[in-house]
Amino acid sequence: MKQLLFILTAGILFFSCGQNNTKKELPSDSIFHLTSQWQDQRNQSYPLNTLRGKTLVVVMIYTSCKTACPILVADMKRIERQIRPAYFDKVSLVLVSIDPETDTPERLAEFAKTGGMDAPQWVFLRSNEAATQEFANVLSMKYKKISPVDFSHSNIISVFNPDGELILQEEGTGINAEKVAGKVNETVRSS
Amino acid sequence: MSIKLFHIVVFFVVIWCASCNCQEAAPDIVSPAFNSPRLTSQAKMIKIPGGEYQPFYGTDTALVKVDPFLIDEKPVTNGEFLAFVKTYPQWQRSQVKRLYADTNYLRAWVADTILPKNIDADAPITQLSWYAAKAYATATGKRLPTLDEWELVAMADEKVPNARQKKSYSDRIVDLYLVKNRQYNAVKQSQPNYWGVYNFFDLVWEWTDDFNSVLVTGDSRSGEYSDNNLFCAGSATSATDVLNYAAFMRFSMRAGLKAHYTVGNLGFRCAKDVE
Repeated sequence: MKQLLFILTAGILFFSCGQNNTKKELPSDSIFHLTSQWQDQRNQSYPLNTLRGKTLVVVMIYTSCKTACPILVADMKRIERQIRPAYFDKVSLVLVSIDPETDTPERLAEFAKTGGMDAPQWVFLRSNEAATQEFANVLSMKYKKISPVDFSHSNIISVFNPDGELILQEEGTGINAEKVAGKVNETVRSS
Repeated sequence: MSIKLFHIVVFFVVIWCASCNCQEAAPDIVSPAFNSPRLTSQAKMIKIPGGEYQPFYGTDTALVKVDPFLIDEKPVTNGEFLAFVKTYPQWQRSQVKRLYADTNYLRAWVADTILPKNIDADAPITQLSWYAAKAYATATGKRLPTLDEWELVAMADEKVPNARQKKSYSDRIVDLYLVKNRQYNAVKQSQPNYWGVYNFFDLVWEWTDDFNSVLVTGDSRSGEYSDNNLFCAGSATSATDVLNYAAFMRFSMRAGLKAHYTVGNLGFRCAKDVE
């Protein structure tokens, strides 16, 4: 009996490890190579590759913004409405703060709640300044702090496939939500 | 007995799986921000006292305060960068992640750790991305200069710390910018500026830490944003000195860059906080 259990155990161990090791290697241009740590609106800390496996719609904003950010947030909501609800567990709509000092997890949670973005597919992230700058560069996003409370920044919404490769970017306000959502649906369907 | 044993087995399987997942989650590359300093840079650094300066882009009245800082007296050279990639193989041409550098990264090199024969080891390193420049700076215990720091030093000519008002200031720099193949010359062969800093204009363009803070599109000479849709609060950053054509060239260059781009005449130098 003991021996049988031992063999069984060995088998399970072998199988469970083998499964992990055969996971596909990350593509060279994947954003999941970034090792920076992030905090979300639920006060969880993790590196970006925790989101691996999901199709990501990403935008950078800051919650005290009164000009273009509300439009970007509205764009994200329009995109969400056109994603098939059945896909929600395979999609993350990610809003990354360019003002990590002000945008604490509590503040992000409040922002999410007020904006009706508290479903699990919504992820609000903040990190430190260096990681934020690096991430902005990965999105080719320009930003500059122009006063203690305000930033100038480019308006870009990006879509990444489950391996973290950039597959679509839409720039400017009034982006084509249908096109972005279409890309998301197509990506989830084929992955 | 066997039930107890079974529980123990299950317990170990769970532990084992957890440890497997941990390994999997571990990063397979050191992010630029996380290089620990392992390389010594011989480059002499010059102390710049800082002060308030009028940035090229910004509102007319807003002076920007720059704290004292140290800056390399010359751009980082091919030889120095070679030593870096030998210590940090993840920055070698065949190893670098596409996320961090485009396909032209160190294109002229013969191999991962071999410079071309016709290239001067004392000439500035070029054809490298912002990530690579930042990784080098971090590895040597330094950082990239901010755009404000760089532009503050750039105000000097050989005689005075701020030569912006001289008519010849911008013209001379533009002339230097237009010299072909200037990036192949060795560093420190020309006159240093007022601070004792070499080669600010005559060899290569240089990466700055926050190059992506330049929000200009289209024809920047108007000093206005041509497309307010692209930027939030964009109009807060228009040009203050429209005759400084050299600065327009630099800022247009920066505005056109992405962090993974590599360019044949774009290099960098390092800076550091004053302790």
